[in-house]
Amino acid sequence: MSAAGHGGAASAATHDTLAPLRRAWHRHTPAERLVRWLAMLAIVAATVWAVRTIEIIPEFLADAPEQMADLLVRMWPPDLASYPGAVHAALVETIHIASLGTVFGFLLAIPLALMAARNICRFKALNFLAQVLLVASRSVNSLVWALIFVAVFGPGPAAGVFAIAFRSIGFVGKLLAEALEELNPGPREALRAAGAPWGAEMLKGVWPQVRPAFWGVALFRWDINVRESAVLGLVGAGGIGVVLEDAINFFQWDQVATILLAILAVVLVAEVVVTRVRTRLL
Amino acid sequence: MSPPAAPAAPPRRVAFAPDRGMRVLGLLVLAYLVYAASQLDLGLDRLVTGLGEGARFVARMFPPNFERWELLVEGLLESIQIAVLATVAGLVLSLPVGIMAARNIAPWWLSGPVRAFVAVCRSLHYVIVAILFVKAVGFGALAGVLALVIASVGFVAKLFAEAVEEISMKQVEAVRATGAGTIAVLLYAVLPQVASRFVGFSLYQLDSNLRNSTLVGIVGAGGIGGTLFAAFKRFDYDFVSAILIAIIGLILLAELVSGRIRAAMR
Amino acid sequence: MSATLDIRGLTKAYTPGKPVLRDLDLSIGAEGITAIIGPSGTGKSTLLRCINRLVEPTRGEIHLRGGVGGDVDMARLRGRALRLARRRIGMVFQEYNLVERLSVMENVLSGRLGYVPLWRAWLRRYPEADIERAFGLLDAVGLPEHATRRADALSGGQRQRVGIARALMQRPDLLLADEPTSSLDPRTSVEVLEMLTRLAAAEGVPVIINIHNVALAKRYARRIVGMSGGAIVFDGPPEDLRDSHLSAIYGGEDWL
Repeated sequence: MSAAGHGGAASAATHDTLAPLRRAWHRHTPAERLVRWLAMLAIVAATVWAVRTIEIIPEFLADAPEQMADLLVRMWPPDLASYPGAVHAALVETIHIASLGTVFGFLLAIPLALMAARNICRFKALNFLAQVLLVASRSVNSLVWALIFVAVFGPGPAAGVFAIAFRSIGFVGKLLAEALEELNPGPREALRAAGAPWGAEMLKGVWPQVRPAFWGVALFRWDINVRESAVLGLVGAGGIGVVLEDAINFFQWDQVATILLAILAVVLVAEVVVTRVRTRLL
Repeated sequence: MSPPAAPAAPPRRVAFAPDRGMRVLGLLVLAYLVYAASQLDLGLDRLVTGLGEGARFVARMFPPNFERWELLVEGLLESIQIAVLATVAGLVLSLPVGIMAARNIAPWWLSGPVRAFVAVCRSLHYVIVAILFVKAVGFGALAGVLALVIASVGFVAKLFAEAVEEISMKQVEAVRATGAGTIAVLLYAVLPQVASRFVGFSLYQLDSNLRNSTLVGIVGAGGIGGTLFAAFKRFDYDFVSAILIAIIGLILLAELVSGRIRAAMR
Repeated sequence: MSATLDIRGLTKAYTPGKPVLRDLDLSIGAEGITAIIGPSGTGKSTLLRCINRLVEPTRGEIHLRGGVGGDVDMARLRGRALRLARRRIGMVFQEYNLVERLSVMENVLSGRLGYVPLWRAWLRRYPEADIERAFGLLDAVGLPEHATRRADALSGGQRQRVGIARALMQRPDLLLADEPTSSLDPRTSVEVLEMLTRLAAAEGVPVIINIHNVALAKRYARRIVGMSGGAIVFDGPPEDLRDSHLSAIYGGEDWL
């Protein structure tokens, strides 16, 4: 690079004006290229390893499309007559499980979120403890929670509600804690400067800022929970999964089709409801 | 003559806008919750017995028993394999599917059905899809991979389509104006704008698939879920806790790594 | 009500060994506007924030005398006593610091949060007298019809006026203003300062204002305190402020 200085006239005579055009254009710096290459290598290596060591019997793989087609044929037409009765009641129960589980999960998550947010709770030890609990809750899938609670409460929707709740704590708590940490500290500062007690500072300084994120997370999680509640029955925790499990075990594929369609319908309706409510809230 | 203008007492001003709509909604939601709780028979006595059972349960889970660690590692590795394969295959599929679902790039008769397909992929829980694949292609990892591919496409294709719909069409027009064919337009105008977000989705999906692959085994689709389910059935709760710890450790590790990668990319 | 402020030996070091405020002594009387001027980073904001303890002083005494709460040393208070003392000091911020999602009326009333019980704040059942006063203040700052509008629907100048109303809602003994006009355009700045001066005089509250616009400081303040390097280098009426002083405060001469 030429040094800056007064009067470039001295170098103008020998300056090659086309030099900038002669530079070869590289899209990425050498460092970036290396990183991209390494990443590509890692992905390919992982894939190759997985393909070679996984136990997939080649015949099954070749057979797969045919088998799937066979299954689909058996599922059509869906046995719609079986809907009223067992299927409908189970579907409604599923929604109850999802809703109660979400609310219960929130109740448990809120104190943890407050504890985990570094701008609300300033004790590092508590922050850490809360984060650990949140991660633990998140890492155990709702099906596993369902297995646990079925072992504790016995089969039935109670286990389902607790499973949904405990699974939601981690998800909700993490998102709420993140929303809390992104708060604008200014309004809180103003309330503190006016002599407001901690409760008022939270109520009028923190809550109004966090409210849209709060309801957004609630709706989001409820939506996911409706989906998750549908399968809890597979391990005995109530809801439509129980009916589905029975139908599959008895090879009543047309009823399976009905159930799947019903689940699909409920999930789609839930998503529509959530989108509508969310646009209203913002 | 009008009297000298004395400020008339203003009519009682409204201090707070009424919030009737939200209040009613709140009460409705509360009423529903009470109703739902009654339907599900969540009696207090049940909960109390449950607490006692829960304590016994937790006691049996400790200390975690790692004796059969080879089984554990084998299961974990299979889960990781399922996750990697499903993510790669799912991502590869999501690229074209996502583009076909983007309403600003694909014609309506293509994007409509494709969007519907993606929505279906997303709505069916991956465990259900896993069961179906198990019935179709038999027990084992193949069913798990296929199930997670469907789940991956359901999420990544949707996010990808949304990202594509948010791009600036001006760049697309500019490249089209140079006379480039469809593929070139996609490569040079569309993909660069969404590339970084795609990487984000990919990491997220890998994470998600890793979590989910630990589970599909519960219905026979391979991985450590099967080991876990078997342990539950045999009441080997201390082995269960060992497996759970391993799973949590794996997921934590994955989160850490993807977090680092994300931070490095910023 | 009005109070006097007596600061002695105020020192603040964010990193040990590098004090931002060096052993400051300052006394503010019970009337009028005192403007603190000085370059960025010289501790003006720190000084103000030490007064109401938003920033913890490293050393020193900050005596607030007179007014409703009696005499206190702000630097010594903690817990509930600190909170009660803060009620007596109103503050106006550069970034307004309103709660954006709440209405103008709620923002003004939040000046009373140190006085009303929590349940009243939650259900919005503030005492009638408070609501009356809030309306009066809204009229005084020229926003009579804005009570139910959301704060983020307002312009910068309007938001700052709400901020002033909120501070006055406390019936403070002392008003602090930390660069209240730095985010506003020149004309709005003048309007806001006019309003602040007028209202503070009407309520009989002394004002300490941080400002980096020297012209505005000279126009509205009856006393100017110039800071440089964490110490006071000028203290007197605006008429006495000469270019030589400004040079000492801000450094350099070309800009004068």
